[in-house]
Amino acid sequence: MGVGHAHALYVHGHSPVHALAPQVKLAAIVVFVIAVAITPRQEVWAFGLYAVVALMTVALARVPALFVLSRLAAIVPFILFAVFIPFVGTGERIDFLGVLLSREGLWAAWNIIAKATLGATASIVLIATTEVTDMLRGMLALRVPAVMTSIAGFMVRYLELIISELGRMRMAMSSRGYDPRWLSQARPIATGAGALFVRSYERGERIHSAMLSRGFTGVMPTLVETRATPASWVLALAFPVVCLGMAILALVVS
Amino acid sequence: MHAPDGFLNAGTAVVTVALSAGTLGVAMRQVKQTVTDRMIPLAGMGAAFVFAAQMFNFPVAAGTTGHLLGGALAAILLGPHLGAIVVTIVVVVQAFLFADGGITAIGYNVLNMAVIPAYGGYAAFSLLRRVLPHNKGGMIGATGLAAWLSVLLSAAAFSIEWLFGATAPVPFSQVFAAMVGVHVLIGVGEAVISSLAVTAVLGSRPDLVHAALDSELGSAGEARVAIRTFVIGGLIATLFITAIVSQFASSDPDGLESVAGSEGFLDSGQEHTLAHSLFADYATTGVANVSMSLAIAGIAGTVTTLLVAWGIVLAVKGKPPHTGGP
Amino acid sequence: MTSSSLEVHGLHFHYPDGRQALDGVDLVVGPGQRVALLGPNGAGKTTLALCLNGVYRAEQGKILVGAVELTDETLGSVRRRVGLVFQDPNDQLFMPTVAEDVAFGPANLGLSGAELDQRVASALEGVGASGLGPRVPHHLSGGEKRLAAIATVLAMEPEIVVLDEPGSGLDPAGRRELIATLSSLDVTQIVITHDLPLALELCPRAVIMDRGRVMVDLTTTDLLRSPELLRRHRLEIPYGFVLAD
Repeated sequence: MGVGHAHALYVHGHSPVHALAPQVKLAAIVVFVIAVAITPRQEVWAFGLYAVVALMTVALARVPALFVLSRLAAIVPFILFAVFIPFVGTGERIDFLGVLLSREGLWAAWNIIAKATLGATASIVLIATTEVTDMLRGMLALRVPAVMTSIAGFMVRYLELIISELGRMRMAMSSRGYDPRWLSQARPIATGAGALFVRSYERGERIHSAMLSRGFTGVMPTLVETRATPASWVLALAFPVVCLGMAILALVVS
Repeated sequence: MHAPDGFLNAGTAVVTVALSAGTLGVAMRQVKQTVTDRMIPLAGMGAAFVFAAQMFNFPVAAGTTGHLLGGALAAILLGPHLGAIVVTIVVVVQAFLFADGGITAIGYNVLNMAVIPAYGGYAAFSLLRRVLPHNKGGMIGATGLAAWLSVLLSAAAFSIEWLFGATAPVPFSQVFAAMVGVHVLIGVGEAVISSLAVTAVLGSRPDLVHAALDSELGSAGEARVAIRTFVIGGLIATLFITAIVSQFASSDPDGLESVAGSEGFLDSGQEHTLAHSLFADYATTGVANVSMSLAIAGIAGTVTTLLVAWGIVLAVKGKPPHTGGP
Repeated sequence: MTSSSLEVHGLHFHYPDGRQALDGVDLVVGPGQRVALLGPNGAGKTTLALCLNGVYRAEQGKILVGAVELTDETLGSVRRRVGLVFQDPNDQLFMPTVAEDVAFGPANLGLSGAELDQRVASALEGVGASGLGPRVPHHLSGGEKRLAAIATVLAMEPEIVVLDEPGSGLDPAGRRELIATLSSLDVTQIVITHDLPLALELCPRAVIMDRGRVMVDLTTTDLLRSPELLRRHRLEIPYGFVLAD
């Protein structure tokens, strides 16, 4: 969790995945990750299928593999925790390459690593092929309350402004020799954060005035509707639904 | 702490989604009444502020950095409902737009990083306000302590979820100790930043600190009502928690068994129930007392639930602040 | 677009912290007139602008747009008829794209579909920014933001437009475009500005506010010829600027 957050992860392109309406992509990804999440860990064959689907989608979306790998760095702490589990995990121990590891722990590690990686890859492909405002419109089309998408829209709109204000504040501080190394020196940053809050709040009030002065009565007007053809729905959901079917099969079989 | 997919089991994922959505529904209804048409721009700016504030790491100890959670701060500045909504939107956007946090993990991520710190932090703040002197220093002290507690509550909540929905044979006691232990330190950063930030806001625009509006704290008469509700709620919560936790003491936890089964935790050919493996762990690793661990789980769960529930009740019952102003 | 007259009588307004921002403002502007509103910082110009649009409600006094008095009942229609362009265009461009921002106002008025699209297109054309529709606000230059903000207001088809420091933050080219745009708008205009040459080029009439009241009301040319008046109200002609006779 660092400054990397602010930069949108959209990768400009013209792949078939880019062309899909956002609500279609969202639905497809959600179905896929649900399938992954409910699959019992010992049905390894299912995960093999999911991996193939995920890789196919990455290729279809023409997202550079290096990009996906670099974004996967976010789950590395959890992967490390997972790797650690067989060593500290309890229960029956087995001999694995000369080391005594927890059997349960090995399965648990596999479970977490497989699901986290597949889920994160799906998310990354979604984000790489969908612009932020489109994503919010897609959520709206999927019946997410308009209030929430509007708030999220405002957040995204003004985030860069606030970050640059915060950045300017830090630059001003460091140009005066401020270099925080310990929490005890956090005072100016925290005070700056307070000032930033006040400015942000006051801007919020001005925006509200601007909205009122253009006739706003409390309900955001729906201005852009994203349409998706039935064909695109079928196309996009085909493989995720297959995966879900596999997941249910795996549940039944296990 | 943005957990990825599959970190906790499906049952936990579903239950936490329901809890989060339910709490958010309550929050939305409350906010619409008091803040009306100002909500969207205010919440939007609030969310942008929290998001930006979370991005900057601060040094905690040699080599470690932490970052702001922001739930308690948001609740104190914007009020508990709006604060919870704002941080929820931040967490949801992080999951869907920045791939930070699994989509199927959204239920417990929102619960742990938004709902619990906001309402729990707010409840802790209200409690502390009654105890600490009624001046600016008391306000700031309450903010700092509440912020610190909110981080601990978040860690405790995750540990409780691990108790129910762990996908790995790491005993609750270890997870709890590790999580809460680390967050005792991270919470200090949260406390320092939150209290300093609130001080700064109080300095220039005290009317913007929602928690400073005295209507929220009420007179002695209102306090009596809140405490009665608190006590009743507390008894119910304690019974509920005890009932759940005691399930693990029994040799036949029917409710959780199906979930454990679907996760493959029940190995074919072995009669390992979730409870058995946990207890077996304690025996082999030599953790002192089974009842000690249960006690920790029970107390942590009760305290967390109580504070969060009281925070919600307090916020719903509290008089809405004046919505005036230019 | 039709133009309306504006009448302000005895307007008083104070902020919650007690500051008296407007202390009895009287102003009459005829339909189609262009008036420069000048004065030092803190004079109450922005506060007056926010009152004219109904965002602030004055505690005392009357505002009449055309023949209609601003009351709780007429608030909605007054908001449509008096357009306010804010000092910081970022406050006014809050939608994901410029087109949506321009559409926001008329959509709130009930327009939709082709009619809405037409309104958006003509508003953008009116400021010479037809290409800005699909653009994202925070990637625009200062000048583009300013024009887009004006377009969002023009889309309401107002009868009076109040602009709060429209020239601030613009580079010379942007300023030139702005003046060209405003000159071409056939609507009553009140332009709050510190930029005297802009005031001279755009507005035949100048009103000076100070300490919450209108102090001076005369032609812009006369004002620029009175150094004493300028100095008294903290105004200054740019160095080297010579008024043509």
